[in-house]
Amino acid sequence: MLRYSLKRLISLCLSLAVASVVIFAVIEVAPGDPASFMLGVNAQPDTLAALRAELGLDVPKHERYFNWVGGMLTGDFGTSYTYRTPVSDMIADRMWVSLPLALYALTLSTAIAFPAGIYAASRRGKPGDIAVMGATQLGIAVPNFWFAMMLVLIFAINLRLFNAGGFAGWEDGIWTGLHSLTLPAIALALPQAAILARVMRSALLDILGEDFMRTARAKGLSRRQALWRHGVRNALIPVLTIIGLQFSFLLAGAIIIEQVFYLPGLGRLVFQAISSRDLIVVESVVMLLVFAVIIVNFLVDLAYAAVDPRLRSRT
Amino acid sequence: MSRNLILGACLSSLVVLAALISFVWTPYDHAALDIPAKLQPPDAQHWFGTDHFGRDMFSMIMVGARTSIAVALVAVGIGMALGVPLGLTAAARKGSWLDELIMRGNDLVFAFPSLVIAILITAVFGAGAINAIIAIGIFNIPVFARITRGAALSLWEREFIMAARVAGKGAARISAEHILPNVANLLIVQGTIQFSLGILAEAGLSYVGLGAQPPTPSWGRMLADAQTMVGIAPHLALIPGFAIILTVLGLNLMGDGLRDWLDPRIRVARA
Amino acid sequence: MSLLAITNLSLSVHAAGILKDVSLSIDPGQIVAVTGESGSGKSMTALAVMQLLPNGARTAGSVLLDGKELLDRPEAEMCALRGASIGMVFQEPMTALNPVKTIGDQVMETILIHKAMPKDQAQDRAREVLTRVGLPPDKFPLGRYPHELSGGQRQRVVIAMAIALRPRLLIADEPTTALDVTTQAQILDLLKGLVSEYGMGLLMITHDLAVVAGMADRIVVMRRGEVVETGPTRHLLANMRHPYTRMLFEASSHQVSLPDATGRAPLLALNGVVRDYRLPRTKLFGDPGHHRAVDNVSFTLNRGERLGLVGESGCGKSTLTRAILGLEDVQQGQILLDGQPVFAGHRPNLEVRRKMQVVFQDPFGSFNPRHRVARLITEPFHLLQAPPTGSERQDRIAEMLTAVGLTPEDAGKYIHEFSGGQRQRIAIARALITRPQLILFDEAVSALDVSVRAQILDLLAELCAAYDLTYLFISHDLSVVRTITDRVMVMRAGRIVEQGETEQVFSDPQHPYTRALIAAAPRLPDFGRGAA
Repeated sequence: MLRYSLKRLISLCLSLAVASVVIFAVIEVAPGDPASFMLGVNAQPDTLAALRAELGLDVPKHERYFNWVGGMLTGDFGTSYTYRTPVSDMIADRMWVSLPLALYALTLSTAIAFPAGIYAASRRGKPGDIAVMGATQLGIAVPNFWFAMMLVLIFAINLRLFNAGGFAGWEDGIWTGLHSLTLPAIALALPQAAILARVMRSALLDILGEDFMRTARAKGLSRRQALWRHGVRNALIPVLTIIGLQFSFLLAGAIIIEQVFYLPGLGRLVFQAISSRDLIVVESVVMLLVFAVIIVNFLVDLAYAAVDPRLRSRT
Repeated sequence: MSRNLILGACLSSLVVLAALISFVWTPYDHAALDIPAKLQPPDAQHWFGTDHFGRDMFSMIMVGARTSIAVALVAVGIGMALGVPLGLTAAARKGSWLDELIMRGNDLVFAFPSLVIAILITAVFGAGAINAIIAIGIFNIPVFARITRGAALSLWEREFIMAARVAGKGAARISAEHILPNVANLLIVQGTIQFSLGILAEAGLSYVGLGAQPPTPSWGRMLADAQTMVGIAPHLALIPGFAIILTVLGLNLMGDGLRDWLDPRIRVARA
Repeated sequence: MSLLAITNLSLSVHAAGILKDVSLSIDPGQIVAVTGESGSGKSMTALAVMQLLPNGARTAGSVLLDGKELLDRPEAEMCALRGASIGMVFQEPMTALNPVKTIGDQVMETILIHKAMPKDQAQDRAREVLTRVGLPPDKFPLGRYPHELSGGQRQRVVIAMAIALRPRLLIADEPTTALDVTTQAQILDLLKGLVSEYGMGLLMITHDLAVVAGMADRIVVMRRGEVVETGPTRHLLANMRHPYTRMLFEASSHQVSLPDATGRAPLLALNGVVRDYRLPRTKLFGDPGHHRAVDNVSFTLNRGERLGLVGESGCGKSTLTRAILGLEDVQQGQILLDGQPVFAGHRPNLEVRRKMQVVFQDPFGSFNPRHRVARLITEPFHLLQAPPTGSERQDRIAEMLTAVGLTPEDAGKYIHEFSGGQRQRIAIARALITRPQLILFDEAVSALDVSVRAQILDLLAELCAAYDLTYLFISHDLSVVRTITDRVMVMRAGRIVEQGETEQVFSDPQHPYTRALIAAAPRLPDFGRGAA
């Protein structure tokens, strides 16, 4: 177990290192000099040089890369080209909108998908299964941001149960914050839940054909007991893979959906930064998103080992 | 052929047909402004109504289908053209450093959602439909590499591959002659699914302004335009939404139907 | 009154008839063996008793357990019976256990699901039955997972689960087919012991007539869903009335007469061959360790000779086969075919490969399903510098198909149009088409029914006469190797422990392992003269 975890941890660090090089290299390709962009065309050469030094642009590329990575490790993400404020401050507030939203949606999607998938598998071919499968087929086809607009139209504009947009913040307590994230989370979660439910169902149906399920039935377990006691845990192995993948979709989806609900998250920040060519903000946000995805996949790898004893002993 | 396959194929061909017809005919010029006739609900004149500039929604949907299909199709092409050879290579050299490199590279790309790739590209090169194609295409590469490798690995264990090796055939020849034809069905099915995911991703990217730029019509941007008016003119949001849903639904049904239809095990059982 | 009485049981699945008027009965303490080839319906009979039939199954007739009808029992009552009154053991121990649950939990589940006793007592009972089946908890704690056990040990766990509640009836569906002969003998002894100790009835399903003859009190022979003959074992073996029964027993001990081996010139020579595999690391730092699959193997195969290689699973015979075929390099030693190395400078030597071909075990996985027979059997032409073309190629295809008992018209068909035995014929045609000097048969008849196996063995003997074959016949089946080879080698843990003239080795084995192997292999009685 320890060896397995360490191996995954090393692979996590490698992924992060390579990802940071890729992101840095892509941003480096961008034409133009940030300093002259900030000061405009009429800048004096000496003020330009001073600013370049201030921004850390006057050193060779590889040194700049290590300064960037080293800075991030100590929480210093550099200075925004547009606002001249530390990027870490700009990100810190926004992050506490986007990440909770993605996690909230992941929780919702799992909570919906597991029962739906298990229910459908246990009623294979019967009306209940067909109904769930039809609903998921539709769910997969719905773009989450469009679904979000429909939710706003129904629950905010017509029924007035939720605010159409904006974020109340966490200062007034966790429930106020969650309440303003609920509609966006539902919009994100339902289409993902449709995918997850289908995976859960098909994984379970595969497991139902396994020899050990027949053994369980021969012991005197009913169909349902066999499904719950022997099926679900084995089906978790493929389902976990999808949950890991889904987090990256949910994070990306969260950034899109923030636009529908006017949420002050990373999405707003990064789209503003793109239009104002504030590349250092883009670079940092992208790194943060990739970091989150890699961490979640690391956790999924650990979860595998918890579910599957074969992985633990292979260590 | 199952009902799913027929229904899916009909829906998908309807969209493709609309896109093709739009090259020669649309009810109105999709870009023609007609401010006095703005925000009209669907009626006999404008089948899908008009938008806030009085443009004919039906024509815009038809032309928008072009963008969606082109982006998703080229992205699937990129994914297949690069991912399939990578997957075949990794499987043929299972356990080697090359396999390891390809699979670790795959994991790395999976850590970059299409949206993040699109953000990076747009930040550096500016916005455009090409960005969407590249972003979705890059994301498709590991999808195809992984599915090809998985299927190829189980084929490499089969005795007919051993027989081909005993017949002196090299890994490249075996991959082309024995492996690829036997994974082709799987790739067709996955291609259909990635196509539908591509349509969704393109809509999302256009919605946040990272995809096709004006004046090229796209379903995602129509939704972005509709957002502020959804309370007074719901059809602006409903119609492009339904267009996306029906297209994706059609492709997914077709993919499911193809999977059942092409799966020899199921077909033999049916015969 | 019989413990189990099946009367006129008929079964159809989706309107396809599977069983027709099957009748048999089992008394307490009795072992009844149901035997027959694939498609005879023997496993379906067992599943019908358990009422674990596939969807769409319809049954008629009667299955009485202790005088009570099972066929119309509601599912809830059947659940109460399964595991408690009827236990079942399956063929494939590697997949019959849930990989994510401990063996203790899985054995205890049988007890707990029937609420037979409280949890702590159930745990004691689980320890007790695991000890009884030969897995004492001090060596095999209840917390072990299935992947930590060997196939034979897993089958013991499956048996422990089946007998935990001392059922009155035990059903064993090919319980030893997936196991090695020595393990098979132990498991069969265990089952026999349990039957006499607990007074259970045992319904044993097996295709292996030698196992049947050694185990059963009564034999039921089935063919295509019908019972063709039944009777007490000794009586039935002595007076087989039905021609199918006779054919089945004859085919099981089928003997072929090989033409005399010609020539004495060495063709294949192995010299101190070693094949190591790197093991996955078990410690974070330190040597990953090696597994020596083939350990210092040397032998010579002469031209015109038929050499056998026997051994149990994991002994290294498959690895050795791949090394000889030049599919994998070896770490030490040399493999020379006709004087030339099969691997030259870490690359397979095509010159040499041209001179060998192989026939594999699985008649279903050996062919690309997308190619026609003509293309399939001409694949080895790839090795030739000037492969025949046009009418010459057609003639070769026609000749080979005829030689293996098919027709030239079969060249245009796809592989799924053929039965398992026909596919194995096509595999032989593919191996022969380049007239190789050496053919390797890798478990080539192991997956076939006995009657088909007998035909393929006959075909080999004919081909030996017609083409003067030299081959290496790799198999775990001693009786087959005995009849189809001139010389035999016995392999164990990567080493050749004994080799010699086939008859000599079988009648007077020298190495203790060879003796154990031969002793463990179930034997058919000499039924021709009656088994008195």
